[in-house]
Amino acid sequence: MTTTRTDPPRNNDTLPAAEDWRGVAAEDSDGMPDKVSLLLKERSRRLLGQLLRPHRRLIGWLLAAVLVENAARLSVPYLVKEGIDTGIPPILDGHGSATLLTIVAIVLVAVVAQAITRLVFLMLAGRLGQEVLLTLRRRMFAHFHKLSPAFHDDYTSGRVISRQTSDIDAINELLEGGFDGLITALLTLVGTAGLLLFLDLKLGLVALLCFPLLLVLTQWFRRESAKAYRRTRETVAIVIVHFVETINGMRAVQAFRREGRNQEIFSHVNEDYRRANYRAFRLVGIFMPGIKLIGNVTIAVVLIYGAHLTFNGEVTVGVLAAFLLYLRQFFEPMQEISQFYNTFQSASAALEKLSGVLEEEPSVPEPKEPVRLRHAAGALGLEHVGFSYVAGRPVFPDLSMQIPAGQTIAVVGTTGAGKTTLAKLVSRFYDPSQGRITLDGVDLRDLSETDLRRAVVMVTQENYLFTGTVADNIRFGKPNASTEEVVDAARTIGAHDFIAHLPDGYETDVANRGGRLSAGQRQLVAFARAFLADPAVLILDEATSSLDVPSERLVQRALRTVLAERTAVIIAHRLSTVAIADRVLVMEHGEVVEDGSPADLIASEAGRYSDLHQAWLASLA
Amino acid sequence: MSTDTPAEQDLPGTPRRQAGTRSLWRLRRYLRPYVGALAIMGGTAIVGVFVSLSIPLVTKAIIDGPIADHESGPILPLGLLALALGIAEAALVLVRRWVQARAVLGFETAIRDDLYRHMQALPMEFHGRWQSGQLLSRVTVDLSAIRRFMGFGLLFLVINIIQLSVVTIVLLRMYWPLGLVVAVSAAPIIWLSRRFEARYVVVSRRVQDQQGDVATSVEEAAVGYRVIKSFGRSDYSNENFSRRTQTLFETSMEKVKLSSRFWTFLEIIPNISLVVVLLLGALAVGQQALTPGTLVAFIILMLQLIWPLESLGVILAMAQEAMTAADRVLEIFDTDSAIVGGDRELEDPRGRLRFEHVDFAFPDSDELVLRDVNLELLPGETVAIVGATGSGKTALTGLVPRLYDVSAGRITVDDVDIRDLSLASLRQVVATAFEEPTLFSMSARENIALGRPDASDADIAEAVETAQASFVYDLPWGLATRIGEQGMSLSGGQRQRLALARAVLARPRILVLDDTLSALDVHTEALVEAALKRVLADSTGIVVAHRASTVMLADRVALLQGGTITHAGLHHDLLATVPAYRDLLAGDSEDELVGTDGQVVSS
Repeated sequence: MTTTRTDPPRNNDTLPAAEDWRGVAAEDSDGMPDKVSLLLKERSRRLLGQLLRPHRRLIGWLLAAVLVENAARLSVPYLVKEGIDTGIPPILDGHGSATLLTIVAIVLVAVVAQAITRLVFLMLAGRLGQEVLLTLRRRMFAHFHKLSPAFHDDYTSGRVISRQTSDIDAINELLEGGFDGLITALLTLVGTAGLLLFLDLKLGLVALLCFPLLLVLTQWFRRESAKAYRRTRETVAIVIVHFVETINGMRAVQAFRREGRNQEIFSHVNEDYRRANYRAFRLVGIFMPGIKLIGNVTIAVVLIYGAHLTFNGEVTVGVLAAFLLYLRQFFEPMQEISQFYNTFQSASAALEKLSGVLEEEPSVPEPKEPVRLRHAAGALGLEHVGFSYVAGRPVFPDLSMQIPAGQTIAVVGTTGAGKTTLAKLVSRFYDPSQGRITLDGVDLRDLSETDLRRAVVMVTQENYLFTGTVADNIRFGKPNASTEEVVDAARTIGAHDFIAHLPDGYETDVANRGGRLSAGQRQLVAFARAFLADPAVLILDEATSSLDVPSERLVQRALRTVLAERTAVIIAHRLSTVAIADRVLVMEHGEVVEDGSPADLIASEAGRYSDLHQAWLASLA
Repeated sequence: MSTDTPAEQDLPGTPRRQAGTRSLWRLRRYLRPYVGALAIMGGTAIVGVFVSLSIPLVTKAIIDGPIADHESGPILPLGLLALALGIAEAALVLVRRWVQARAVLGFETAIRDDLYRHMQALPMEFHGRWQSGQLLSRVTVDLSAIRRFMGFGLLFLVINIIQLSVVTIVLLRMYWPLGLVVAVSAAPIIWLSRRFEARYVVVSRRVQDQQGDVATSVEEAAVGYRVIKSFGRSDYSNENFSRRTQTLFETSMEKVKLSSRFWTFLEIIPNISLVVVLLLGALAVGQQALTPGTLVAFIILMLQLIWPLESLGVILAMAQEAMTAADRVLEIFDTDSAIVGGDRELEDPRGRLRFEHVDFAFPDSDELVLRDVNLELLPGETVAIVGATGSGKTALTGLVPRLYDVSAGRITVDDVDIRDLSLASLRQVVATAFEEPTLFSMSARENIALGRPDASDADIAEAVETAQASFVYDLPWGLATRIGEQGMSLSGGQRQRLALARAVLARPRILVLDDTLSALDVHTEALVEAALKRVLADSTGIVVAHRASTVMLADRVALLQGGTITHAGLHHDLLATVPAYRDLLAGDSEDELVGTDGQVVSS
């Protein structure tokens, strides 16, 4: 056996290194070069704007509340100063405590105001956060539905799930915990700086000398932790993928004694994750004490300098006390910011990814002014259809055919002939790059999603069952179907017997026992679902491959009656299915090479279909 | 991806919820390597509290000393003392954080490693019962919750309590009437915290469950996307999702209201006592019972109480979360594997496989899937298992590598009960290619060499050829190309051929093929079968077959009907004498219709 392509150098006699197991894949689209990151920020800002705009009034109230709250909070040390400086001397001088009482009353008012506005702020912020989250969740969910199969093929379900779970969770975490801290910290920072300067310009300037230092430290931390944080996200993603795949593939893992090697790999990725986390933790471990150091040094300097000024009578004891109180208030929220910095980082990273998805346009868009087609007859036409997944490698160079309403056609051909692609084009999972596909003469691109899907249904070998009962799963084809209709559909295609034998019959929960339904049984349920949907055009792509011979025969018998009134495109490599077709198309390299009734094609001596038929008969032994 | 559906509560065999603190305590052995680190963390934290408390006392000394006495000399030394204390405090925090990072991350990583190990050891019965999302949320979300609490929460809980009590004592000693005011104000906080905690736990658990429901919807919509698209059911799916998110929204709002009120109360109480202190303190200064410096220091110290008190709420919530998380993690650790290996090894196995009166029911049901199955395979012999959908064929194949255990009877390999063999030994003898092949997001090479990581390139090339899977060499990076969900996607037929290569490469004495060829086209199937014939020539083989062509791989055929073997013999004999067999394997002869009981009815 010859090895094509370039393999990475590897020694035959050594175990593959622990890092090599993942193999090579195309550039991970989750990572991003710095050039694009500006654009991404812009994009996520736009999304944020869209999400917040409907809540402008709420945000107005929110801002009002937070301003009042912080004003009240900041006024307290000042009032304490007033209490000491102007409240105490009258008492000492025997003038009574009226001034003091007034000041205390004001403090009380400030404290109560702070409490009320804080409560309002927390409630409103919480509501805003949850509303935004609700909108975002629904928008993402609906958008993923709207996006075309081509997108889902590339993006994979794993990524679709993690966008809507872990990324949304990251935003949720910020909204729940960090938001409040962030705003308070910012306001405290600005408010305190102003107050310090107002209280005493000289002392204030000395205190604010720490500002540039804080700025430098914060900048450094922001830059470094962004990098460190990205690394933790990357490493945890690998841990999660490996873990989930192990769990889902446990049968293969255990049957092949894979546990040891898996443990080796898992320990390795787990350790990578630990290291990434360690790096991030150490950054916080420098940043937090750094802030503390700057804070404490500033306090000490203010204390020494302030004491001198007080000593010289330039400031009062009250002012000094107020300064020290404000400085404490000043540095405490800084710690809080770093506490929530990771949350903030991950939320903004998540927002970037979500905004990216939301800006994806479906490659198979719904028409702006759809042509109504309430009751399709089912005539299909392909007119000079060209299509390619990869540019330059066309699957169909130029394909044309007409399928009259009510005809059942079978498409056969070798792997790679384009049979499945044909099915996907006819059910408009993809659009052709040239030419057009019509249903009853209307271009598929001009039909609304509702009309199209009512008319055309595809069943593949991918027989996904949703959580719920067997009946629910069949009813998926027609949500308002009665129980009788469901049972009838199942009976028609021969699924009734096995369903009736399930522990709870039609009410058996497939989530608990879904694993127990064999591939063939799942396929029968999928068939029943499709029949219940009652489309004008039914496309079966290898839909009978998991059935055993008797079930397949039952399904075929059912197909004869079911397909009598509708158009059907059957793709199968088992020719048994083909027998019921009115017409057979043999495809090769995206072209129809034979076209005729099964009997005619078998009769033609040198034909490909007749060869296939011979081979098939032989395989039946 | 936490899918904590309410279904979790009725999982059979789930241990009863334990007291959360005990669960956390049970994880202590993972902290053992870090005892030194913990001591340093605790030590620096406590010293740090005292250092930070002494700074206001220095302030007091300056105001009451040099300033009051008009003596400038001591200002500088005292100020420098404050500076030194400030630097010391920062240094202590630095040391503590670095030590803490190592310890808690090591702790978390070790538990995660062990959890993974334990999950790999748990039998299929367990994995059939648990959704992968639930397990995943335990290794990610739950472990981080525990780590956060152990590293941050627990330490601050201790520090805060120390700080609170020390400050209160210092305040009491400074001027006891004011100190008493502060001490008394702690009472409502404690009472409120406890009440809050109880309610918070209930609401946040509900939020978690509903988040799980939402996640389930997301997962279904993502995996079942093509079905939803094909039937045009996006609106239906959106409506369902909207309903679930609405419920989640409402519960989340309940949580918001609850915690908003709590946090506000936590803040207002110290503030009110500040007002009282200011009033009483100023009056006391007026009556010269108190110096201005003491009042300033008192108030500064009091303000130091606000943060610890405020954060107490967050920390208690964190603690609660960590306890629940520990419970959930221990649920896994406390599940013992029902399938454990024996201590016998097979040296030089020959591959004689025998089913003796085997009954089988899935662990959570009473219904027998297999009944009194008797079958013997001589070394090197291949037997095809033929049966209708649901007749128990796949269950039968799962019993041989002990993915499940028989409910009655026994299976022997070379006359040794497979339950007496070590699992490693048994699974070395038996390899299986499943009908639905599982590929992992790894290189093609790693996927093929799943059962034999040390296989040479030549071995792999041979297996690839047998399975007609040479397309792997044409992948962009050849064998090093990542395949699976996170890499190149392969067609059903390609996946089956890789899974077959995997089974062949394991070079088992006993090869089990569970309808491995269903997705291949006729041409490829013929090639694979020819190659398999050579492999099966010297292995014992069980081949589950739906088609006559696959049956031809076998020496003998066993017909499985309703969970038991009704006929065994040569293909042609059975074809001639057993109508049910003919019905299962003969092509679609149009004049035969099948009745529901599997009998052939002529029309």
